[in-house]
Amino acid sequence: MGKQYLFEMRGVTKVFPGVKALDDVTFCVAPGSVHALCGENGAGKSTLMKVLAGIYKPEAGDILIGGEKVTIINTRDAMEKGIAMIHQELNYYPDMTVEANLFIGRETTYFGGIVNRQENLRQVREVMEAYGIDINPNARMKELTIAKQQMVEIIRAIAFNANIIIMDEPTSSLTDHEIEILFKIIRKLAAEGRAIIYISHKMDEILQIADTVTVIRDGKTIGTAPIGELTKLDIIRMMVGRELEDIYDKREIPVGEVKLKVEHLGSGRALEDISFEVRAGEIFGFLGLVGAGRSETAETVFGLRKKDAGTVSLDGRELKIRHPADAIKAGMAFITEDRRQYGLSLIHSVRQNCVISSMSHYTSTPLAVVSGKKEQEATASMIQALGIKTPGQETKVMNLSGGNQQKIVVGKWLLNKPEVLIMDEPTRGIDVGAKSEIYSIMSDIAAEGKAIIMISSEMPELLGMCDRILVMCEGKSMGIFEKGEYDQVRLMAAATGTKKEEIQV
Amino acid sequence: MRQQNKTKDFILKNIIYIAFVIMLIGLSVFAKAFLTTNNLINVLRQATVVGVLSMGMTYVIISGGIDLSVGSTMALASCIAAAYATTSTAIPLPAALALGCLAGILVGLINGIVVSYLGVVPFIATLGMQYAVRGVALVYTSGRPINALTTAYTNIGKAYVGFVPVPVILFIIIALIAWFFLAKTQFGRYIYAIGGNEQAALVSGLRVKRIKCAAYVINGLTAALAGIILSARVAVGSPTAGETYDLLAITAVVVGGTSNEGGTGGILPSIIGVFIVTVLNNGMDLLGVSGYYQKIVTGVVVLLAVIIDRNNVNRNH
Repeated sequence: MGKQYLFEMRGVTKVFPGVKALDDVTFCVAPGSVHALCGENGAGKSTLMKVLAGIYKPEAGDILIGGEKVTIINTRDAMEKGIAMIHQELNYYPDMTVEANLFIGRETTYFGGIVNRQENLRQVREVMEAYGIDINPNARMKELTIAKQQMVEIIRAIAFNANIIIMDEPTSSLTDHEIEILFKIIRKLAAEGRAIIYISHKMDEILQIADTVTVIRDGKTIGTAPIGELTKLDIIRMMVGRELEDIYDKREIPVGEVKLKVEHLGSGRALEDISFEVRAGEIFGFLGLVGAGRSETAETVFGLRKKDAGTVSLDGRELKIRHPADAIKAGMAFITEDRRQYGLSLIHSVRQNCVISSMSHYTSTPLAVVSGKKEQEATASMIQALGIKTPGQETKVMNLSGGNQQKIVVGKWLLNKPEVLIMDEPTRGIDVGAKSEIYSIMSDIAAEGKAIIMISSEMPELLGMCDRILVMCEGKSMGIFEKGEYDQVRLMAAATGTKKEEIQV
Repeated sequence: MRQQNKTKDFILKNIIYIAFVIMLIGLSVFAKAFLTTNNLINVLRQATVVGVLSMGMTYVIISGGIDLSVGSTMALASCIAAAYATTSTAIPLPAALALGCLAGILVGLINGIVVSYLGVVPFIATLGMQYAVRGVALVYTSGRPINALTTAYTNIGKAYVGFVPVPVILFIIIALIAWFFLAKTQFGRYIYAIGGNEQAALVSGLRVKRIKCAAYVINGLTAALAGIILSARVAVGSPTAGETYDLLAITAVVVGGTSNEGGTGGILPSIIGVFIVTVLNNGMDLLGVSGYYQKIVTGVVVLLAVIIDRNNVNRNH
């Protein structure tokens, strides 16, 4: 052991409150290798890389660099040990120049205080020349394209002699041509003996650029293999295949008329030609990897995002939706992904949050005077129906658990008596008990003949709850799968960019 | 133990009111002139202008905004009203008042549009309006105060009903209306919701921009009313009136316990805030504390109020 790897992570375990994010993970990378790290959303890829980059401290496990055991104290220490991470979302100072961004915190200085810009610029130019990168170091960061901003990050990594370069979804916002340039640089970096850890959801790219693949699932290493020994479907098989537990209260509900019909929906670069329909009593799933455009579809239907193309109809009537208020009036509800940011006012009480979107039910004209008694009755009805555990109606929601907060968001919308409910990640960040309660509530709602759209990053819950699933990738629909066609490998193949008709298993 | 915590909680949450009561008792003991009918009526009358001003300010601050332009709005509205209420130019009094109020509403509408539709930070937007509106008042009056106002007009500020000054009655009426809409109507609920979490309010279907805009319009209206009352009391429409009043109103609202981050507070707390600030200054006058020291004390009180508010927020997290 030892010399054959540039670095090794052995037996790494990382625990967050309530979840074991990494469980005895082993990940070893050879010098000169482009090593792809694959896994579903939430499999633990980012956590593993954050451990390597010094952002998280593992509870157990060893990290070895060049065969020697090291402890990475913080991000700065990681940098000094030659580890650089190029994040999916770039961090930079938009109003400062490229040169200033590159050297922030590590400027060459005279007398320990005055920045030696000439020396900095010389170093930048040297790196750019060697790698055939063309960026004006005096330009402001915000003036650059995303591809060039990313290049700046790569220049930084090279300039500080990073041997281990982590790239998290580096191509997510690049054009084909820009990807080619990036790949050329990656190959050159690898040829110099550096290791590139390449995290991506895009199978074709991985097959093209990587020489080795490691797959992790549910915080565990599933396997590492040279790319030549694997096909696309092999990798997908390793990624999926979680055991399906039976915590889903899925009931046989007769499916009725078409409720919501969306045709050829488009919004900027985020969405392209999305069509689907949801029937009464049906739970319709949206599957996709992070950034596939699922939430954007919901936001566009609900009037939170500008619609450029397509139509939305409810009960056969075409809707004109310019504001969420229009969508709500038409009978829609949107349980958003981030309840703290978009769902609740944390400083306000259970009652205030419950009644806010159905206020007109509790008022009398002409001045829209609110009846406190009606508000309390409505809130009490939801506390009872959804089993919200709270000391009282006037308790601030910030003092409740995530599961109870989520139920309040659901209750807020149910009080509006909607016909179509969009639920974006309805069980994120809540414990298993609360999850199964949310599933039961969903089945109850469907049984009343309402239509539900369920967006989720967790494939098992979609398989467990949904009657049909639309798979999205990069803003496009890859196809709609009927219940009988569910198969984790096929669904994941679609989510990673293969159209349903073209999947051959 | 638990009982002790509850007591501590109660004291911390109501410390501003407790301080107010202690202040009242202290002044009654140490300043002989304090607890006289004359002085109390004087305090009431002093409180009315800032009081009326703080009503609209409460709406704006609860919705998560701030308005630095109300002092200038007072001047402009009072000059316009006064211009139609001099002995030589008088039109029917209600019409003159309506014109003044209209000016206030217009300023509020511009504030609202700039803040909610153009997305300018409230502090900067209303700071700009503070200068611009003051300028309009100076241009409108050519920089000269408007004198020789009709008795009908000056009565708004000077007359009594029984032993109660008219401005006090006006303040009570305005406060009741402000309380009613904020505490009892759908509109009031929406103001709180937007201050608590604007994005969540939007997703919940609230017409956030329109409602925020309305808060500034209300504030423009109460600023105009405060300006008219002030000009009637001093019997002159002055383009330089109200120069420090924007900060006084914000002080009163924040001291009363309305969080400067929005979402919490109310009309009653603001009224108490107005009285704390007024009594504090009145008491210091009676005790012969110099104006210089009064400013220091007022400043410390504002800081204490904000620190207490922050502490309450932090403890809840």
